[in-house]
Amino acid sequence: MTALGSYLHRHPRLRLAGLLSAPLLWLVVAYLGALAVLLVSAFWTVNGFTGETVREFSLANFRTILTEEVYRAVTLRSIGVAAAVTAICVVVAVPMAFFMAKVASARSRHWLVIAILTPLWASYLVKAYAWRILFANGGPVDTLLGGPGRGPGYGLFATVVVLSYLWLPYMILPIYAGLERLPDSLLEASADLGARAGRTFRAIVLPILVPAVFAGSIFTFSLSLGDYITVQIVGGKTQLLGNVVYANIGAANNLPFAAAIATIPVLVMVIYLVAVRRSGALEQL
Amino acid sequence: MHSSSRMVMAALAAGVLTLAGCGGGGDSEGSGSGPGGMAVPKIDKMASLGAGEGTVNVVSWAGYVEDGTTDKAVDWVTGFEKETGCQVNNKVAGTSDEMVALMKTGEYDVVSASGDASLRLIYGGDVAPVNTDLLTNYKDVFEGLKNKTWNSVDGQAYGAPHGRGANLLMYRTDVVKPAPTSWSVVFDPASPYKGKITAYDSPIYIADAALYLMKTKPELNIKNPYALDDTQFQAAVDLLKQQNEVIGEYWSDYTKEVQAFKAGNSVLGTTWQVIANLTKADKAPVEVVLPSEGATGWSDTWMVSAKAKHPNCAYLWMNHIISPEANAGVAEWFGEAPSNKLSCGKTKDPQHCTTFHAEDEAYFDQVWYWTTPLAQCVDGRTDVTCKDYAAWTQAWTTVKG
Amino acid sequence: MTLSPAARWSLRIAMGLGLVFIYVPLLLVLVNSFNGDRTFAWPPDDLTTRWWAAAWANEGARQALLTSVKAGLGATAIALVLGTMVSFAVQRFAFFGRDTVSLLIILPIALPGIVTGIALDSAWRSVMGDLGIGKGMFSVIVGHATFCVVIVYNNVLARLRRTGTSLEDASADLGASPWQTFRFITFPMIRTALLAGGLLAFALSFDEIIVTTFTAGPGVTTLPIWIFNNLFRPNQAPIVNVVAAVLIVLSVIPVWLAQRLAGPEAGASRT
Repeated sequence: MTALGSYLHRHPRLRLAGLLSAPLLWLVVAYLGALAVLLVSAFWTVNGFTGETVREFSLANFRTILTEEVYRAVTLRSIGVAAAVTAICVVVAVPMAFFMAKVASARSRHWLVIAILTPLWASYLVKAYAWRILFANGGPVDTLLGGPGRGPGYGLFATVVVLSYLWLPYMILPIYAGLERLPDSLLEASADLGARAGRTFRAIVLPILVPAVFAGSIFTFSLSLGDYITVQIVGGKTQLLGNVVYANIGAANNLPFAAAIATIPVLVMVIYLVAVRRSGALEQL
Repeated sequence: MHSSSRMVMAALAAGVLTLAGCGGGGDSEGSGSGPGGMAVPKIDKMASLGAGEGTVNVVSWAGYVEDGTTDKAVDWVTGFEKETGCQVNNKVAGTSDEMVALMKTGEYDVVSASGDASLRLIYGGDVAPVNTDLLTNYKDVFEGLKNKTWNSVDGQAYGAPHGRGANLLMYRTDVVKPAPTSWSVVFDPASPYKGKITAYDSPIYIADAALYLMKTKPELNIKNPYALDDTQFQAAVDLLKQQNEVIGEYWSDYTKEVQAFKAGNSVLGTTWQVIANLTKADKAPVEVVLPSEGATGWSDTWMVSAKAKHPNCAYLWMNHIISPEANAGVAEWFGEAPSNKLSCGKTKDPQHCTTFHAEDEAYFDQVWYWTTPLAQCVDGRTDVTCKDYAAWTQAWTTVKG
Repeated sequence: MTLSPAARWSLRIAMGLGLVFIYVPLLLVLVNSFNGDRTFAWPPDDLTTRWWAAAWANEGARQALLTSVKAGLGATAIALVLGTMVSFAVQRFAFFGRDTVSLLIILPIALPGIVTGIALDSAWRSVMGDLGIGKGMFSVIVGHATFCVVIVYNNVLARLRRTGTSLEDASADLGASPWQTFRFITFPMIRTALLAGGLLAFALSFDEIIVTTFTAGPGVTTLPIWIFNNLFRPNQAPIVNVVAAVLIVLSVIPVWLAQRLAGPEAGASRT
């Protein structure tokens, strides 16, 4: 053990290889491999007579997706929902995280973090269903707005609200963690040197806040983009990309077509990741 | 009810799949007996019943095999285990696809297959024909469930019928006036109930539109709502796209529908009898009707694996689950019409069979049980290609928009 | 920062409103666990404790809870090992492709769950299926671990960045073996980060439903799957509310434990 240890100590490359091999093997084999299989199968088709997957290169699935109007509409709607959810989460989370990190006392900060973490343990489905009751005809939201039918009811709006609710902690936590790292002394120094609140915010808080917000947005955006359950519960007759993928794989067993549709969120997310990488967001998750 | 599974169960994945491998391949010239001329693998049925093997491995829908772990009062497994010595190992399947996949492993002895999975299993050689003489309770099964297209081939039974139900029309009596008698109310583009109409969220719902067209547009010449050629299919899809304008939400699980009718988000739409009962039990003013055009519906069948390691226990289980007591228990717990005539005297609610129309063959004569659409038209036409379930699924996406 | 009293108050109000937004639906879950109406009619006109009694007698829920804990612990254990290894590699070494590694590790959580789910499902069926390994508990753990690694990785990485290597260097200079250095210097340094990361990874696995749907073998019922199966059966739906209410209360235990073990920052801070 000791001999091996010191040998490794003298050979950092070997140590690096030791550290990286298992995780990379896992990620590349278990994950990238699986993704690759999925992407390849998007170019296959299913024979309508036999139900067998035809393993021949074909662009038929992508042709369907590009020519049928409905897929464009669903894609745009899904991206719109993901963007709206992210925006709402940012607006709600930034003041909360700021309060927790910079205003609350150390003791209450501690409890506030627990308060934010606790809902993560209540089942996603149960929370979504609770919102279904809130938005019901004559339910609490309707009552608040003046009677049955006054509220927004089920639909796209309800979907956005519920998704924002579900993913909010994932936005608060990275922002809080980022702001907490920001030493108070730095802020004080800035103020002492005569910077006004606005200037301090721009010069000191913003460089921390922006990557943290992007980090949180990776969660909120991707979790919204792939969701198919919330929209079933409160979405009325709305459908999102996740529903289309699920319908094709779950019900029709048409994996190639489901895979072809799944490339849309993958593409969107990869573009998004590359775009936010420059901000340093990936180190802040 | 296996809500989410129902949604998918209707799903005979892309077709009677493996059949082609066993049957005539892509060539449908064959003279077999299946749709489009597919042949059934030859598997012998059991000749006589021996002693139980001590175990039986079951694949079932949630709620079909209850041993008291969900509710102490709901138990039709423990008694069977004591009586026969066959220990029941149950796996709940979520979808028809999962059921088929599980049966292909050969680890399981019996399965409660739905109308779509059953044909796949038969043509795939995964289940054996059933010697109904060995099932003492089979004689009491309603004639309307024996030797149907989804549970038999050429008069040879492939299983024991479990239960059945119809997809009915439910409405709020305080809102919807006059009381509807036809599906036309849910397809009316100028409906006064716009935004409060609900429909089943599954591609199989296309069959409901096809059934309506079958009765109202004879020129389309639809003979079976599960066998639609291009023109017929397009007409059904167009009707549903038009219906989408008046839909409030699509439902797929029954808590959602009961809650929607109770709150008044939905006032009119398709339902199952059990949902209607639950909605009434929660004191909502609703009624159901089997509209004049008839309706779609479902029926499940217990089948025995062709590779069963415990065939005797499997037969004992099949006989048990269609016995009056067990069948009555399942039917009440699950909310469906039992398959055994004698079950009607055993239900805790003496009205159960009346409520679910169990003995009303005239009622079920109007029901088109879910069958999976195949490229080989299931109505027997050989001059056209029908739309398969994958096409139905893609069309359903365009309907929802 | 020197915030004006007005700014402080508006932040305080924002925090309060945020907490109301977060807790009102949870409160509704609690109230509905006593609602006599099976589909939670509002307002409840009949209060009952029979759902609590029924939930207590429900063995399926207990088994599902146990399955979820097992899956969560398995996935967290793997994530802790792999995540720590990668974070050390990325932080302590400069190598070609380091950026790619850090992007790769984020991918499983950044891509939508349904993509991860069907990718793992189809790969498992075509590769592992041929090896005769069916889907089961193991495939669930593999699936969960894949997206949990990034959580541990980020927590440990942030800690390593903050602490630097001076203590470890000193330990090595004083003649400690690499194992001793790890045992007495490095590990205590990253312990709270591991706890925080592990806790969040466990929580993530515990409530995961989409990836689980696609990776769970037959018969493997995690708690979210049990909830999914039961929420949509009216006789069972209220019991689900009871289970959820209990979970919220129980969740205090791991958070509290982590705090006791690692000091205030563990259950909370991600750094």
